[in-house]
Amino acid sequence: MKKALSLILVLILSLSLIVTGCSSSTSKGSQGDAEQAPENDIKVGFVYVGPAGDMGWSWAHDQGRLYLEEKLGVVTMYKESVPEGPDVEKVLNDMIDLGANVIFTTSYGFMDYTEKVAKENPDIKFLHCSGYKQLDNMSNYFGRMIEPRYLSGIVAGMKTETDIIGYVAAFPLPEVIRGINAFALGVQSVNPDAVVKVKWVNSWYDPAREKDAAIALLDEGADVIAQHADTPGPQQAAEERGKWSIGYNADMSEMAPNAYMTAPVWNWGAYYVEQVQAVIDGTWESSSVWLGMKDGVVDLAPLTKNAPEGAQEAVDKAKEEIINGTLQIFAGPLKDQTGTVRVPEGTVMTDDEVWSMDWFVEGVEGEIN
Amino acid sequence: MLFKIVKRSEISKEKSICIRILAVLLALITSGIFILLLDLNPLEVYWAMVQGAFGSKYRIEQTIIKAIPLIITSLGIAVAFKMKFWNIGGEGQIIMGAFAASFFALRFPDLPRPLLLSLMIIAAVVAGGLWALIPAFFKAQFDTNETIVTLMLNYIALKWITYLQYGPWRDPAAQGFPKIPNFSENAILPDLLGVHIGWVIALALVFIMYIFMNHSKLGFEIAVLGESENTARYAGVNIKKTILLALAISGGLCGLTGMIEVSAVCNTLSVEVTGGVGFTAIVTTWLGALSAPIILVVSFLFAALIQAGSFIQTAFGIPAAAAQILEGMILFFVLGSEFFVRYKLTKNGGFSLNLKKEVS
Repeated sequence: MKKALSLILVLILSLSLIVTGCSSSTSKGSQGDAEQAPENDIKVGFVYVGPAGDMGWSWAHDQGRLYLEEKLGVVTMYKESVPEGPDVEKVLNDMIDLGANVIFTTSYGFMDYTEKVAKENPDIKFLHCSGYKQLDNMSNYFGRMIEPRYLSGIVAGMKTETDIIGYVAAFPLPEVIRGINAFALGVQSVNPDAVVKVKWVNSWYDPAREKDAAIALLDEGADVIAQHADTPGPQQAAEERGKWSIGYNADMSEMAPNAYMTAPVWNWGAYYVEQVQAVIDGTWESSSVWLGMKDGVVDLAPLTKNAPEGAQEAVDKAKEEIINGTLQIFAGPLKDQTGTVRVPEGTVMTDDEVWSMDWFVEGVEGEIN
Repeated sequence: MLFKIVKRSEISKEKSICIRILAVLLALITSGIFILLLDLNPLEVYWAMVQGAFGSKYRIEQTIIKAIPLIITSLGIAVAFKMKFWNIGGEGQIIMGAFAASFFALRFPDLPRPLLLSLMIIAAVVAGGLWALIPAFFKAQFDTNETIVTLMLNYIALKWITYLQYGPWRDPAAQGFPKIPNFSENAILPDLLGVHIGWVIALALVFIMYIFMNHSKLGFEIAVLGESENTARYAGVNIKKTILLALAISGGLCGLTGMIEVSAVCNTLSVEVTGGVGFTAIVTTWLGALSAPIILVVSFLFAALIQAGSFIQTAFGIPAAAAQILEGMILFFVLGSEFFVRYKLTKNGGFSLNLKKEVS
């Protein structure tokens, strides 16, 4: 028994030696690499709703983060797969505790928590993506995804043979609704008979459910699948059925080489560099921006061999017209699903009206609940 | 069979401590290899984990906030487990407690704070207790399998909240986003010394449950019933009544957890409200040997592990999944050591060494 006891003592002693021994030598290094630290003390945090490797929404933001690191050499940190619940507050406080002074929160459901923590930490700058709240130290930013979505609608409208296009959508939020509408208007600009069928998955990130929704749409006769959800699930469904697809967030050709035609994509890097540079220069001010293709934040990914003939020319033409302002996506006459005229001929919806859209245009099949 | 698993009759303190320390060391070494594969220095990561859980006032507070629901839920589950009633339904009981508390918080936001909070607590305890009474009733009346029933009731509770969140309780101000409105100030538990007052409740409950389980008639009856139903019957224990009472207490405590979480932590009800506490607490209850003071310690350490895992993700950029593997590995070895503390392998032939290898 004495032997056992002494053995334990030795173990405890050696363990405590290890712990205390490394405490002095490594405590400095534990919070980011010291040798990489730049001249300023800017640390930028990113909060993602999905895994950084989701090849979708969060991946696009993470590409922006990496670009920011490369361009400005600032220290960044991120937390992935954060649920849109009270954990957000803890994650933000953890980042502040780790020295973050600029934090990007990149999901709609993070808004209220970001606002709360922003009020408690007036010295920290927050930038929330896709919401609408603004404080002195909290910006909101987003991209006019409707522009490339309209372009992808052109591709889908030219491709479809059944005149049914399936659309896998996350939540019935204005962001998603206006995207569906822009897409449908793009479809109708080249194919007035085609309908867009919508299925909600009520999640931003759920590979299985998104794929199931796409399969259901294919069963209902759709031969092109588009999506406003963050995983390649719908792309895979189209690939397996030998149909075609429009991706989202990033080039998804690897996941569905024979189905994928193109995708509306995000390029956050430039905006992130610009904002963090402003913080470094001390010129940062909170703002509320909605950036389009001319700012480079959104774009349409290159068309693949699966895209229909003539699509490239049509897309190029529409893109140019959107950028120079001659093509307005939400220009009258626009009817809603019931056939009522919502935007009369000769008028164009304002940004605010588009931003808070809660109705579907004619030609969309689906319910907003 | 080449070996037998035999329950140890008695184990010396030294030996059991020795087994546990060995387990922790093994866990650190195995995880260390894993961390090395991630191109990080294990010692740095371990030290960061300690720092992450206890390194500053803020982090200790975070650890305590994580520990509170674990402690209270574990105390509740322990009552049922003592009776060998396998209550896997802590999750559902927490949710129903949270639901009942939210009902009052949302319906009467302007009541005076003490009154509203008391109403919420009572409602949550009653709702959690009632939810646990369902499997208890079926067990007492028809001898159904409580593990299955409690487990299934979790999903019913969760779907109920999903329905509310997407349907009747959806916040109209959230622009279509499926979220239940935030509570008013009056429905939020106050802070004491930097952490919401739930920690006082948790500590008080540890004391109360210790007395209840060890020094009350009902606590004794529960323990006897858990050891042997026949003995309990001979001793004149009213079996049905004891099962129902014990589960009402068990579920009531879980329900209280739900109230504390919605009020102090979430400030609203959502499907994320439990954070898996109902399941995690099963582990802490078991590791805590169903004893209130040990549950307190184990829950705190477990909360530290969770907090540390979250911390190293942000500090080192370790993927969420890798941090969970680390937590899982440490847990695996600690749980494994419990097995060897309670049981031992005895050889039937001469091949015990082989099998030991297989087991470890």
